Amino acid sequence: MTTAMVGEVPLESDEDLRALGRRSRRAERRRGEGLWGWLFLSPSLILLITFVIVPIALALYVSFTKWNGQGGPFSKSASWVGLENYQRLLTRSGLTRKNFSTSLRNNLYFVLLVVPLQTIIALFLAIILHQRKLKGKSFFRTAFYMPSISSAVAVGMIFVFLFASGGVVNTVLGWFGAKDISWFNNGTGIFHSFFKVLGVDKPPSWLASHDFLGLSWWNWISGPSWSMTVIIILAVWTTSGTFMLMLLAGLQNVPEEVHEAAAMDGAGRWQTTRLVTLPLLKKQIILVVTLGLIGTWQMFDQIYVMSDGAGETMTPAYLAYVSGMKDNRLGSASALAFILFGIILVFTAVQRFVTRDKEGGR
Amino acid sequence: MWTIGLAAGVVALLPAVGVTASTPPATGGTKIQVMVASSGPAETAAVEAAIHAWEAASGNTVELIAAKDMNLQLGQALAGGEPPDVFYVNADKFQEYAKGGSLAAVGDKLDNPDDFYQSLRDVFTYEGKLYCAPKDYSSLGLIINKKSWAAAGLTDADIPKTWDDLAAVAKKLTTDSQVGLASGATRDRLGAFMVEAGGYFTNADQSAATVDSPENLKALEFIKSMLDAGSLKFAENLDVGWGGEAFGKEKAAMVIEGNWIRGAMKSDYPTVEYTVAELPKGPAGPGSMVFTQCWGVAQATKHMDAAVSFVNFMTKADTQLALAQAFGVMPSRASAKDAFLAANPDFAPFVAAGEYGRGQVTLPAFSAVLAEFDKGLLAMAKGETDPATLLKETQTNADDAMSG
Repeated sequence: MTTAMVGEVPLESDEDLRALGRRSRRAERRRGEGLWGWLFLSPSLILLITFVIVPIALALYVSFTKWNGQGGPFSKSASWVGLENYQRLLTRSGLTRKNFSTSLRNNLYFVLLVVPLQTIIALFLAIILHQRKLKGKSFFRTAFYMPSISSAVAVGMIFVFLFASGGVVNTVLGWFGAKDISWFNNGTGIFHSFFKVLGVDKPPSWLASHDFLGLSWWNWISGPSWSMTVIIILAVWTTSGTFMLMLLAGLQNVPEEVHEAAAMDGAGRWQTTRLVTLPLLKKQIILVVTLGLIGTWQMFDQIYVMSDGAGETMTPAYLAYVSGMKDNRLGSASALAFILFGIILVFTAVQRFVTRDKEGGR
Repeated sequence: MWTIGLAAGVVALLPAVGVTASTPPATGGTKIQVMVASSGPAETAAVEAAIHAWEAASGNTVELIAAKDMNLQLGQALAGGEPPDVFYVNADKFQEYAKGGSLAAVGDKLDNPDDFYQSLRDVFTYEGKLYCAPKDYSSLGLIINKKSWAAAGLTDADIPKTWDDLAAVAKKLTTDSQVGLASGATRDRLGAFMVEAGGYFTNADQSAATVDSPENLKALEFIKSMLDAGSLKFAENLDVGWGGEAFGKEKAAMVIEGNWIRGAMKSDYPTVEYTVAELPKGPAGPGSMVFTQCWGVAQATKHMDAAVSFVNFMTKADTQLALAQAFGVMPSRASAKDAFLAANPDFAPFVAAGEYGRGQVTLPAFSAVLAEFDKGLLAMAKGETDPATLLKETQTNADDAMSG
């Protein structure tokens, strides 16, 4: 009885000691176990089905309807429109598609900048904190982690003050002779600004005349807007601490002997980091990058607090909220959410493929 | 704990079930739910006071829900199929709710509906029927900084009457530290110029989009000419949150804003002296924008009589006068006009705009189109687009939104 309740492992190890005749009884007992298993699982399973599976299925259904959010998704106010919501977002030219592709562009630059930056900074901080010689380690650990546990709203408001027209950032930049930058409501892309400095004010015709998803190539290469840059800085600052902690945990799992052995073999600090620490940290780095990719594609709260989508900071997640909750187009918003889901899947799959274990076997 | 909570819930449910089973009495004993989106503590307190007066007079009770995010909370209630009996309806949501069958058409049950200003009734009319009672209204005027005005050598006689006057005084008022005229880069301010030119985003009954018209082009070209002359700047480009802040911080000598600016000036910039004028006339006459909400009655309400009686009470001339006094809006009834003006003589230009102003577009899915238009205005200020292109693109977007 006790063996059965502890689980499978003792039974497996006992296997060769058992007589053949007892097998059927064990199978019976196992069936009983399965039933108990389901019973113990049922509370979380029911919660999962009610609050995750059913809403997702419902959202999928809504994405094929034109529902204005009144009278329930199965009432006659929600008419079945098939793929129309998806077509409007992806293939049919119009405002819906343009807004979607613009939000995609904005978020793409956010991901491309935030994920590498926060990973590198987190790694850097983790390696520094892992040094044995460092004094006051826990102070620094707390200090670096502080932004992550502060409320996103409070941090957002602080950044609004920092980057305001007469704020600290502009004042400091002013000491170096820079003129006031208007950081908010500034939808100009930083690459576009850079091109302008180089004298390219108007897009060359081959960039202006081709488009993808209704947005010209010239607009695709705009880079993040100035407003988005502020949010990128904020995101890197707040999330690096969390990821630093994950990487630090990984580092502490690396046995000290490995580093000592490397030192004995005459490896310098940089070589140790590159050839010993990083490969051993691979799992944690993959975790951090995966979480980073998923989190950045779902960026919402900073936009909600700081910009309301102004200054080219609209992201697909925020656009879904606006079109669903403010414009009452829940069908379109649901379709958008599923496309975003697909994008996150693709990005994560690509990232898994790139960082897969090449030695195989493990 | 659980059982106690459950029992209490069942007990609480019982009387509600009893009420729905029988027909509710016309007066007394009915409880209605009212959802409002308050502009601030002043409005909440005033609305509460008016509610208590109605409760005392009718014998009914009101459960007041002060929504933090009206569109979101009301949207959820409507999606759930159990909306509050009475709620504020924003103009831009009106047709959505009327079309979706959430809003009861109670126009013919209202006391003396023709007393509401025509411009406000137009906003809340759908397929020829007045659906709900305009709660109050606000409108746009030209706010002028007295000190700057005098410093530029201008007198009362120079108050602009036409677009040319406006361009001329704005130029005179523009200095190194101050722009002559400021405005938010939005259809909710600059739309007034379209009205003055005889155009607008839609035709009168909102059955067709009329964005790409010669009248609108005239309006946008005038705006563009002032931008090019440097005598008009958008608030967004003055590093302020809205036009009133640009005016209060004296970054602009004149601003196109609404009557709500009085409260802001009093609390935030009490030292800045200002005067209010009507917006100058355009080629087609006077124009302004009016902003209003209405007291909507839910189609699903089980207390129609009580709900309508409540709305009638809240939109009575004297209730409205008390509310208007409390938080700086204007009564939606023409019969309250004289009493209101006597108490608020400085609001005369705003009140006048109620006669000729135009309400916001109430078509569903139009807010995205107009948001894109606003972006276009900012792009126009930067020289990235021109009036004709902007109108053409907005027309395409509008047609698309109306067909879908």
